[in-house]
This record gives sequence, C-alpha cells and structure tokens, in this order.
Amino acid sequence: MEWFLANIDFIAGLTGQHLIQSVVPLVLAVVLAVPLAQLARLNRTVGAVILTLSSILYTIPSLAMFVFLPLLLGTSIISPVNVIVALTIYAVALLVRSTLDALESIDDGVRQAAVAMGFTPVRRFLTVDFPLSIPVLFAGLRVISVTNISLVSVGALIGVSSLGTLFTDGLFRSFPTEIAVGILITLVLALVMDLVLVALERLVTPWRRQAPAKGSTPETVAVEAYRVGA
Amino acid sequence: MDYTSDNLFAQMGQWLVAPENWSGERGIPMRILEHLGYTGLTMLIALAVAVPIGLYVGHTGKGRVVIVSGIGILRALPTLGMVFLFVLLAGLGLLPPIWALVLLAVPPVLSGVYAGIASVNRDTVDAARAMGMSEAQILFRVEVPNGLPVILGGVRAAVLQVVATVAVVAYINLGGLGVFLVEGTQLRDYGRLFGGAVVIGVVAIAVDLLMALVQKFAVSPGLRAGRAPVRTQDSGRQKAVASAQGGTT
Repeated sequence: MEWFLANIDFIAGLTGQHLIQSVVPLVLAVVLAVPLAQLARLNRTVGAVILTLSSILYTIPSLAMFVFLPLLLGTSIISPVNVIVALTIYAVALLVRSTLDALESIDDGVRQAAVAMGFTPVRRFLTVDFPLSIPVLFAGLRVISVTNISLVSVGALIGVSSLGTLFTDGLFRSFPTEIAVGILITLVLALVMDLVLVALERLVTPWRRQAPAKGSTPETVAVEAYRVGA
Repeated sequence: MDYTSDNLFAQMGQWLVAPENWSGERGIPMRILEHLGYTGLTMLIALAVAVPIGLYVGHTGKGRVVIVSGIGILRALPTLGMVFLFVLLAGLGLLPPIWALVLLAVPPVLSGVYAGIASVNRDTVDAARAMGMSEAQILFRVEVPNGLPVILGGVRAAVLQVVATVAVVAYINLGGLGVFLVEGTQLRDYGRLFGGAVVIGVVAIAVDLLMALVQKFAVSPGLRAGRAPVRTQDSGRQKAVASAQGGTT
C-alpha cells in the first residue's frame, strides 16, 4: 500500500498506456470486422479466404507477433504500435467470425420484409442487418476486451510500457508487491471495461430494453452460448 | 552467429537453416520438446481440475452462476503477472509457473465442458432417463458424446492459449521456445529473435491443426451425419459455442 501511494504517478501513467493499448484495438476491430463479415457473407470464396486467414493469424502467439510486427511495419521494437496492431489482428479475427454468424442467424423473414418495403441493400444492411447483429458483436467485444487487457502486459517483455512493466520490474527486483498491484489494477480495468461495454450495449439497443427477449430466439441463444463459451 | 547479410529477413532465414541450431541441448528440436512438455503437463493438470467440475455443473445445473463468474475472473487475470508472482512467492523450479499456466487453461476447458453438456437437447436427455438409464449412464453415454464437439472446442482453445503463453517461462530461465526471443534480445541477434518467433508461430499452428484433427475424428459419426442436414436451433447453438471457442490468444 505504501509502495502504491509512493509511486502513484508512475502507476497511473502505466495504467493510461495500458488502457490505450487495449481500447484502440477494440475500436479498430469493430470498424474493420463488420465490413469484412458482410463481405464474407456476400461472397463465399472471399468469405472462405477471410475466415481461413483470420483463424491462422489468431493462432500465432502474441509474443511472436509482438516480436515479428516491427520487422513488417518498420516500427521500433518497443513501440506500442506493435501491440496495438497485434491485438487489432486478434480482435478482427475473432469478431469477423462471430459477426458473420450473427448476420447469418438473422431471421430471413425480417430481411425479406425489409426488401419488400423497398430498402436498398445498403440501407437494409445499415438499418436492419447491422443493428440486429449488435448483441452478438458486443458479446464478442466483451470477450476481446478481457483478453486484450490481459495480453497487453505481455508487451512489457519486449519493452513496451504498460501495467506489464510492473510485472517485469517486480520480477527483476524480487518485489512481489509490485506484481500484485499490477495484477489487481489489471483486474479492475477488465471489470470497468466490461461494465462500460454492457452500458454501451444497452444504450445502442434500446429495443431490447423495452421488450426483454425472454424466449430463446436464436439470437439470444447464440449470445448466451457465446458468453459461456468464450 | 555470423550472418552474411544485413537484411533481417535474410538473417532470419540463415538462422533457421543453420545446422548448429538444429542439434544439441540448446537446439530447436530440444526447445520444441521442452515447450510441448510444459504445455502437456499444464493441460493434464487443467483437465484433471476442470473436467469433473464441468461435468458436474453441466449435468446437474448446480453452481452455474458460481462457475460462470469464476471463469470471468480467471480470464481477466494477466498470466504474465501470475507466472512472475508465483515464482517470487513459491520460488524457482518447474511447478510455480505451471500452476499459473493452469489458471490460464482452466477457464476454456471448464466452459467448454459445461457448455457442451448443457447444450445437449433436453428431450434427448429426458428420453434417456425415460429408458431407465442411470444418471451416470446419461452423463457418459448421452451427454458427453453429444456435447463432445463443444467440449473438445474448449480443450483446443485452452491448448492454443497455453502453447502461446509457455513462451514466457523462458524469462524465468525454464527454457522452451521463448529462449530464442530472450537470447535474441540480449545478444541483439535479430536472426535468432525473428527466427525464434517464426518457430513459435509454426509450432502453435501445427498443434492447433493437430487438435482440429482430434476434434474431427473423436466426434461420433452419428453426430456428424445427423447434424448436417437438419438445421435445428440446437445445432445453431452448438455452432455458436464452437465458433466462440474456435481459438484464442
């Protein structure tokens, strides 16, 4: 506790860097994954390529990715950009798959109704398909947010500052308190981010608040399974 | 080692094909064995802990809330911090970091087993009960075979995470494939650093492919044949669970 108070500025700085490295990939992932998923749905061949590529990228261990990216990007090895790009790749890989499942699980009747009402494909995607896939999107985002917050600290091994710096520094100095503080702050960050995402989801899906979907529509089942499963 | 080129890709290639890196105690094959050994040991402990709990909760439905929130907390733990903390508190040696890795492997296995059992069609379970099967028979002859795709999906996700994370034990002098990253950084030997990263990536992909094969062949043929044509709500759910677990980290 004393150590925590004495070093609060240092810790706050690391926490800030940690947050940036875990939140930016989330935002980038949504921006990239939703169009990719729609593309995958419209064209089977493109879809197969996207899914295969994303599952291979997803398999590459983070430490290897952090080390390798500077070589491809030309960035410095201790640049936070490497961590952000790596985590974005993982997040996109996971989100494309779940968003694709969400888009495919939308009731065909709903889609046909939109077509019958004269919606153009673009408008139908933006006002029907996309909003209906938001719950699954958020389930994916919550999973990614937790993993990201944990993974960012691995970057400290190659010199990127984050709360992980407390782990490497604590090990170097044989000072368990520092590591424990880092773990606690990481847990709190993960919890806070999760609550923010839950609140954000409620905010952007007002129709679900008014009619709490009690029955097991395919969409609620999928989300429920997703939460348990991943 | 001496490289004949300044290009980092070329150095990486030279390091990867140099014969001296492929033999001996500190060569790539031994490091791969070490890496897989740690992964296997971690998975054995994680399976022994998580499978019984998952079967119990999945079958009885008791304690669902407890394990779901427990899994959430375990997932949020930064493994790197846990490995280092365990080492500082319990001393060097093999087991402290292994236990930290077990904490990483338990959530996917537990949720896979639980979700697999819970996702089995309730009518199927009731039919088995009506036929006079005991609870143990229902669990092992009906629920486990039917939930196997999801269960194995969870195990596969866990293996993938552990294979990826074992690389950090090199930072506490335990070997494994992370050694090349540590040495490469310390010696400013970029061929070794990037070559090591490539080896880690290839091993992870190979292990994941192997797990995919196991998943494919371990699933009952009846289940494979029956699921394709009938797209019921249940198969949609299994698909969702499976895709959610398709891989991690």
